[in-house]
Order: sequence, then structure tokens, then C-alpha cells
Amino acid sequence: MSKAQSFTDRLWDFFCSLKLAIVTLILLALTSVIGTVIEQNLAPQEYMQKYGMSQSTYKTLDALQFFDMYHSYWFLSLMGLFAVNLICCSIKRLPRIIKTVRNPVLVADDGLFRTFSNKEEIVTKGSVESVRDKLVARLGKKFASPVVTEQDGKVYLFAQKGAFSRFGVYVTHSSILIIFLGAMIGNVWGFKAYVNIVEGKAVNQVWARGGQQPIPLDFAVRCDNFEVTFYEGGRPKEFSSDLVVLENGREVLKKTIEVNDPLSYKGLTFYQSSYGPAGDPVYQFRVRNRATGETADVMGQQGRHLPLPGGAALIPMGYAESYQNFGPAAQVSLDSGDHKHGTPFIVFQNYPQFDEKRGGEFAVTLLGVQQSYYTGLQVAKDPGVWVVWLGCLLMVLGSCSAFFLSHRRIWVSIQPLEKGIGVKLGGAAHRNQPGFTLYFDELTKDFDDALSS
Amino acid sequence: MNSSLLFNITTIAYFAAMVVFIVYLTGSSKVVGLVATLICWVGFVANTAAIGMRWYEAYAMGYEQAPLSNLYESVVFFAWAILMIYLLFDLKYQQRAIGAFVLPFAFGGMIWAQWSLDATIQPLVPALQSNWLTYHVFTCFIGYAAFAMACGVSIMYLIKAGKEEKSAEQSPAGGLLGLFPSVKVLDDLNYKAIMVGFPMLTLGIITGAAWANYAWGTYWSWDPKETWSLIVWFIYAAFLHARFTRGWVGKRAAWLSIFGFAATIFCYLGVNLVLSGLHSYGGS
Repeated sequence: MSKAQSFTDRLWDFFCSLKLAIVTLILLALTSVIGTVIEQNLAPQEYMQKYGMSQSTYKTLDALQFFDMYHSYWFLSLMGLFAVNLICCSIKRLPRIIKTVRNPVLVADDGLFRTFSNKEEIVTKGSVESVRDKLVARLGKKFASPVVTEQDGKVYLFAQKGAFSRFGVYVTHSSILIIFLGAMIGNVWGFKAYVNIVEGKAVNQVWARGGQQPIPLDFAVRCDNFEVTFYEGGRPKEFSSDLVVLENGREVLKKTIEVNDPLSYKGLTFYQSSYGPAGDPVYQFRVRNRATGETADVMGQQGRHLPLPGGAALIPMGYAESYQNFGPAAQVSLDSGDHKHGTPFIVFQNYPQFDEKRGGEFAVTLLGVQQSYYTGLQVAKDPGVWVVWLGCLLMVLGSCSAFFLSHRRIWVSIQPLEKGIGVKLGGAAHRNQPGFTLYFDELTKDFDDALSS
Repeated sequence: MNSSLLFNITTIAYFAAMVVFIVYLTGSSKVVGLVATLICWVGFVANTAAIGMRWYEAYAMGYEQAPLSNLYESVVFFAWAILMIYLLFDLKYQQRAIGAFVLPFAFGGMIWAQWSLDATIQPLVPALQSNWLTYHVFTCFIGYAAFAMACGVSIMYLIKAGKEEKSAEQSPAGGLLGLFPSVKVLDDLNYKAIMVGFPMLTLGIITGAAWANYAWGTYWSWDPKETWSLIVWFIYAAFLHARFTRGWVGKRAAWLSIFGFAATIFCYLGVNLVLSGLHSYGGS
């Protein structure tokens, strides 16, 4: 029986121990490296190509779940061990801390005084009562109002400050558990998805990342317009989509989203993430027959033969938003009636005269190109995110109070001596001892002055 | 006066301060230590002005962005943060010898940035156009700088502790190490610097997560940079807990601090230069 008892005791001590915390933290640090070196969640062929892995190496590493290690059983177990350690640690230590704070030792006997590293003894004149009143007032003004206990003709004072800072460590520890909880809520009741919407179109479902099935929405999202702007020199400056939320066909919300400025509706958030061309661009040209002076406007999609008066046709082949700093340009070729492509040439929107110099039967000017785009949106639903933020807030508050605040306590005993009144002062801080020593010395000096006046 | 000239002045000042601190170690004149500290202040003011000037220069080019947009700007900001932490510790503790072990980090950063990094001001890509960038980078780098300080102090600790062990057997201590603070003070400063760095790193990770959530809808995606920042966090969390365990103070704590800073540097540079991921812009 006692053997079983000692085993559970030892198991309990193991889960409470600081050593376990240190070892777990170091193990978490070391194992986390794996997933940063081996790219996660690639296809099997990619691993074999990229890292030159053999089939058997791949199989071994896959069995160890190294390719999705942050969701592997062993990594999650390590995290679980970390959480259990935090919980046990708090269960073991918290009651003692609560007792220290709620039921402080009000009467400091000689035994307790011997344990203080900050202490001072003063002998003064007067009565126990007058010294008591002076010190109660002084302590209340300089530090905190003391609790007065009278016992066997002696008077004891106790005052404390910053007792709550004792809980900073536990606030920090529980904040980690709260963050874990938030992550779990997000995993169970949330999802990450994406959707592409062509300009002018609306969607009422999104696709889960990694899944095959669409997730239906009980509203629709329409993209009215997509814009991309560039810096001089060609780096992208901003992508934006004009989104409209529709409930039963009725517009309920409009917002232009950008990267770093999403749209939220009914717990779902839509993030600008990518874009691409939707379908072929539509070109518009003005073509002048150089012989007759006759002009005609033609319009059509890329690759089509756009008929010109007289049997020839113009074929748009491609375009650029900005061609060598000359603005929008299109590459075209002429089909002089034999259904063959002629030599391709470039025409500009901003330089209508340019093609006149080429010679040939026709002079072509680009009037415009209309390319419609689709906007690529990430869609996320995460009901746990506020729990995570609460955890983060508690972590910041808890760690700041744990690091920078200290529980400071002052004990005083006043007793009649043969040659006057003996005053003993003692102080303790649970952190920042040197700083407290300076404070304590100042305080005792102040008391000395108050008593001798 | 442009930012490039100011950055050169900064680099020269940090070099000079470093040299004077080393001279201070060999002699015992307090004036030398004071001169080195004053040069630090000159360099810090120049560094601050240079960053401010670069901010203005970007605005003049039409880019509304804080000067924290590429590797060059982050390195000169790192140097600034190291000096800020160092000078704050100097104001409080006045242990001048530490300068000889902290300034090399700031000088190393500056000379690397000036010699081999691309200093052209580039506009921000859309993903980085957010106020979160400033909060995120600021908090992270104050944390990194405090860890650099802790690393410098730990190196001093190991030198001093090693020498004291030897001299206990052979000759009395003194000479070059006479101006080193006592091992107790060094151990305490190591802890104090990490006590500043750890909450800042925590804030840096949290602001990064908040930004990621705002921009992409995921506060955590195990991207290599995120993971490495967590690795660094784990190491310093282990350090802080180790202090309450017997046998983990002193030399082991110093080694853990140096190890932690090595991980910090890998998180900052290694991830961008070696691995790939969301922060890969930092490598350009």
C-alpha cells in the first residue's frame, strides 16, 4: 500500500517538477527545428526530388510524421506534457501562495525576525501607544496601512504591497493554457478556405484548404471590380477588390478590400491574397487603310481573326500594361486574306502615329485592352481567435508583473524595554532584493526621524 | 546631410567606442571609460538621426513607410536597439567594461550593412504595408538587442569564471580582468537583460501573430520564421526557469544565454538567408 502511495507521489512530483519544465522547453525547441529544415506538407514526389530522398527514407520519415510534424502525435504529446506540467505546477504551488497573501503572518516573533535579510532595531522614548500611533501613521503614509495586533503587552504591525504580483507567474502560465484552448476552438469550429471570384460574378460557397468539398455560405459575395497598381519600375503597389455582400440578392455590405485590410461578415473574414486574369483580354483597334484613307474600328478577343474591310484580318496576340515605358501596347499580326499570320508587330495606345512608319497596307492603333480579372481571397472563420488574444493579453500582463513587480512586506514589533521602547523592523520582498534593501534603509531612516522628533 | 553620411558617422563612432572600451580594459583610468561612453552617445544620436533621415528620404520619394522594410534597414535598426539597451544599462549600472563586449555586435552589424547590403530605398510590397510592421519589428528588435547584451555579458562571465578557477590554483587574479564586474554582478546582469528581452520577444511574437491574423486570417502557420521565434522563446523560457533550479546558475546559465543568442541570430538572419518562407523578403 505504502509502495503504491509512493509511486503516485513520485509521479505527481515528476509532473510538478521544474526540471520537467526545463527539459520539455528544451525538447520543444530542439524538435521544432525539424519542421523548419524539412519543408512541411509537400507531395511525396516533391520530397524525393527536392531532398533527393530514397523511397525508404521517405517512408521512414513519413512514419515519424516529419512531414507534418507540428500536428504529429509526438509533437502534440510534447505540447500536452508541457500543459500538464503547467497545470500540476500551479495546483501544487498556488494554494500556498494564496495562503501567504490572504492569511499573512501578522505577528513577527524573534524566530521570524532572524530570517529577514532586512532588519533594524531602534530604541526610543515614549509609551508603546504613542510609538504605535506614530508608526501606524508613518507606515500608512510611506508604504501601506498596517494591520495592528496587540498581544502580551506588545504591539505588532504588518503591512504589504503588491501582493497580487505573486500571481503574475500563474497568470502567465494559465495564459499559455488559454492560448491552447483558443487554438483548439479554432481547430474544431473554424476553417480556412479560399475562393476565386471573377469580376462581376458572385459566389455563395468557398473551398476548404486541403479539402475537396465546398463549404456553403448563407450569403453571397460579389466582386464588382479588381484593381492592381504598380510603382514606377514595376513592383506591385496595391491589390484591391470591391466586394459586396448579398443577402437574398440584396446588398447589405460594401467594402473595398486590400492586402492588410480585409472584409468581415458573420464571423467570416475575406482576405485579399492573389489575383489572375479571367478569360482572354478583349482588344479594340482603329485600322486605317493607307491607300484609301478609310478607317474602321474592330474589337475582339486575343487570338481571333478580326475581319477588316477588304478581306484582310487583324489578329491580337498579346499585350503589356507598359511596354518599355511607352505605356499600354499590343502585339498583333495581319492576315492579308490567306488565313496566315503575318510578321507580328507592336502597336501602342499612347502613340497612334507609331504604326504609320511601318509601311504596309494598314496603319493600326491600339484603342484599348480590357482584361477582366478574378480576385483570389482567403476565407477564414476562427471563433477561437478572441480566446487566443485574451491569452496573449494575460501573458503580457502576467509576465510584466512577474518580472517587474514585487510583493513587499514590512513587519514591526513594539515592546517596552527597561530603557524605553524597543522597535524592531523587518522587511522582505519576493523579488529585486537589492532594490528593496535600498527602499528599506530609507524607510527605517524615516521612522527613526519620526520617532526622535 | 543625408542618411548615408550619418550611417557612416555611426559606424565610425561604434568602431571608435569599441576600441576605446578595449583600451579601457587594459588600463584603469575612469576617464577612458567615460570617453568611450560619450562616443557611444554620439554614435547613438547619429544612428537615430540617420534612421529619421532615411524615413524622411523615403517620404520625399513618395513612399509612406517606416525605415524597417529590408535587410539593410533592419540591421542598422538592430545596431540602434543594441545601443539603446546598452546605454540604458550603462545609466543604471555603470559597468563600463561591458561595452567592450556589446559594442562589437553593434559595430559588426553596421559595417556589414555599410559594406555589403543593398541600401537603396525600395517601396514596400503590399503584404508589408501596415502599421503592424512598425510595432512588430520594434518589439522584436528590442528583444534581440537585450539578448545581444545578455550574450556579451555571458561571454565576460565565462572568461572571468574560467580565469578565477585557474587563478585559484596558480596566481592571484588581476590584470586585464581587474575591471570586469564580479561574476555575481555579471550573472545578475545576464538575468536582467533577458528579463527585458523576454517580454519584448513575447510582444514581438504576439504583434506578429496579430498582424498575420489581420492580413491572412491565420495567427500561426508554423512558417520557419514563426517557428524559430518560438524556439528562441522556448530557450529563454528554459533559461528563466533554470535560475530557480540549483545547478543551472552561473556557467550553465551563461552558456544557455549564448546559445539563446545564437538561435536569435539564426531566427533573424539564418531563416531569411538559408530557409524559405513568409519573411523571405528580408533576404533581398
